[in-house]
Amino acid sequence: MEYHELIVIGGGPAGLAAAESAYEQGVRDILLLERDVRLGGILNQCIHNGFGLHTFHEELTGPEYAARFEKKILDHTISYKLNCIVADINAQREVTYINEEEGTVTVKAGAVILAMGCRERPRGALNLPGYRPAGIFTAGTAQRLMNIEGYMVGKEVVILGSGDIGLIMARRMTLEGANVKVVAELMPYSGGLKRNIVQCLNDYDIPLKLSHTVVKIHGKDRVTGITLAEVGPDRRPVPGSEEYYSCDTLLLSCGLIPENELSKSAGITLSRITNGPEVSDNLETSVPGIFACGNVLHVHDLVDFVSEEAARAGANAADFIRRGNTRSRDKAIAIKASGGVRYTVPQTLDPAQMADEVVVRFRVSDVYQNKRLNVYYDNELVHSAKKRIVAPGEMEQVVLKKESFRDKHVSEIRIQLEEAGKGEA
Amino acid sequence: MEKRELTCIQCPMGCALSVTIDENKIEVTGNSCPRGAKYGAKEVTDPTRIVTSTVPVHHGEISRVSVKTEKDIPKDRIFAVMDEIRDVTVDAPIHIGDVVLSNVAGTGVNIVATKDVAGIIPEQNL
Repeated sequence: MEYHELIVIGGGPAGLAAAESAYEQGVRDILLLERDVRLGGILNQCIHNGFGLHTFHEELTGPEYAARFEKKILDHTISYKLNCIVADINAQREVTYINEEEGTVTVKAGAVILAMGCRERPRGALNLPGYRPAGIFTAGTAQRLMNIEGYMVGKEVVILGSGDIGLIMARRMTLEGANVKVVAELMPYSGGLKRNIVQCLNDYDIPLKLSHTVVKIHGKDRVTGITLAEVGPDRRPVPGSEEYYSCDTLLLSCGLIPENELSKSAGITLSRITNGPEVSDNLETSVPGIFACGNVLHVHDLVDFVSEEAARAGANAADFIRRGNTRSRDKAIAIKASGGVRYTVPQTLDPAQMADEVVVRFRVSDVYQNKRLNVYYDNELVHSAKKRIVAPGEMEQVVLKKESFRDKHVSEIRIQLEEAGKGEA
Repeated sequence: MEKRELTCIQCPMGCALSVTIDENKIEVTGNSCPRGAKYGAKEVTDPTRIVTSTVPVHHGEISRVSVKTEKDIPKDRIFAVMDEIRDVTVDAPIHIGDVVLSNVAGTGVNIVATKDVAGIIPEQNL
């Protein structure tokens, strides 16, 4: 069986940054597997600007951001295969892929980095009543059809869900001459970034209806309209609040789900909250030598954070390849999310083996104002930061330093939101 | 005196800005950094945007290439810019930064490619 020191699964932003970082750390035998016709992943269809402010300190479009990382892969002559789908991974780090030239091939890896990204929640997972006419697309599918294939998907549009791709597509379709009538969001807050609400909806006077959902899809062959209704605090439609919108297209932007079928076949433990692998402070999954980063691990808002996280996964995989499976796994302590913090990544941390600094990313479960973000080592408050506003749509982070654990026996790390003290408002 | 409420878009913080416009003085509050003050003032006097789209490519490995305005253009010119982008087609190969349309809609700004598209060798008559 062919052997490679490192196999990276997925050639999007996470896979590119992970491979590049592993190379920088001295790994030379790298194979990157990508199922599409070119590297770059979803960035290829994200033609809008706003990428790279953190990484490059300039504002790039998605394809430009991808090209910066592709160039590094090409410059280092890191091997990659396109049109190549990975069918299976097992816990022995054997990777089976399929492509037209080679057929089905199984290769063995010293370490594997999972960078498969995520996919959109489809109509079937939303329980939307009505027929199944043409004209219903997930926002990302519509984005691909318009920006890669060059098809206009509709003229009169209603969008359900205020995720970032939905907001971006509201603007994109408006610019191409469509009439985007309304964006409806089930929750009382938007799932997208504020700057997208401003630049994609407010700029074009597209209304955003919070606490609203689709209660009926009209039309049999093609969508002819949809009915929206307001929802109460229980997220059920309020009778009498129904409103009809004539339209030929319904776009769905109702959440992203990390794509972990391969992780499951390798027997990797997944988090029920993130739907991604549970990882330790070095981004290693429950299976030794298999690392995860980017949207397959948990869904990010900004690609800059994906690249940064993937670079750490790449460096940690390089460390695993260099030193072998020498990391002990029985001293890891849990990082517990509580009091409005929905989850953390990583989920565990080992103070003895951690890097000097570990970035812990998390999301909150609701919109909160004037809170403090507190970090406890058991019952000791070790970090506290004022938060004027936090929202589920915007990922937060806290950095834990190795030195903060010195001479301590910590059995649990707790990250939680608490009321700000008096006089802090 | 006019007052406008804006959301700052300079970074993901999304600060809620209040901008007061008074004769020849503009005051921004609610910002957490100097970029917010600058954005607030510009947004009420000279709002601008980068416009992005795609255009068809002939003889390319893929059939469309993404493009953008090289710099930001006045917000009220967005649709005029889109009207001109819609008439553009290009031939592969195309490289990032290639000008595909100069001085779009009289703005003095060029439309440039944001993706590399390699050419394909035309099929020979065998």
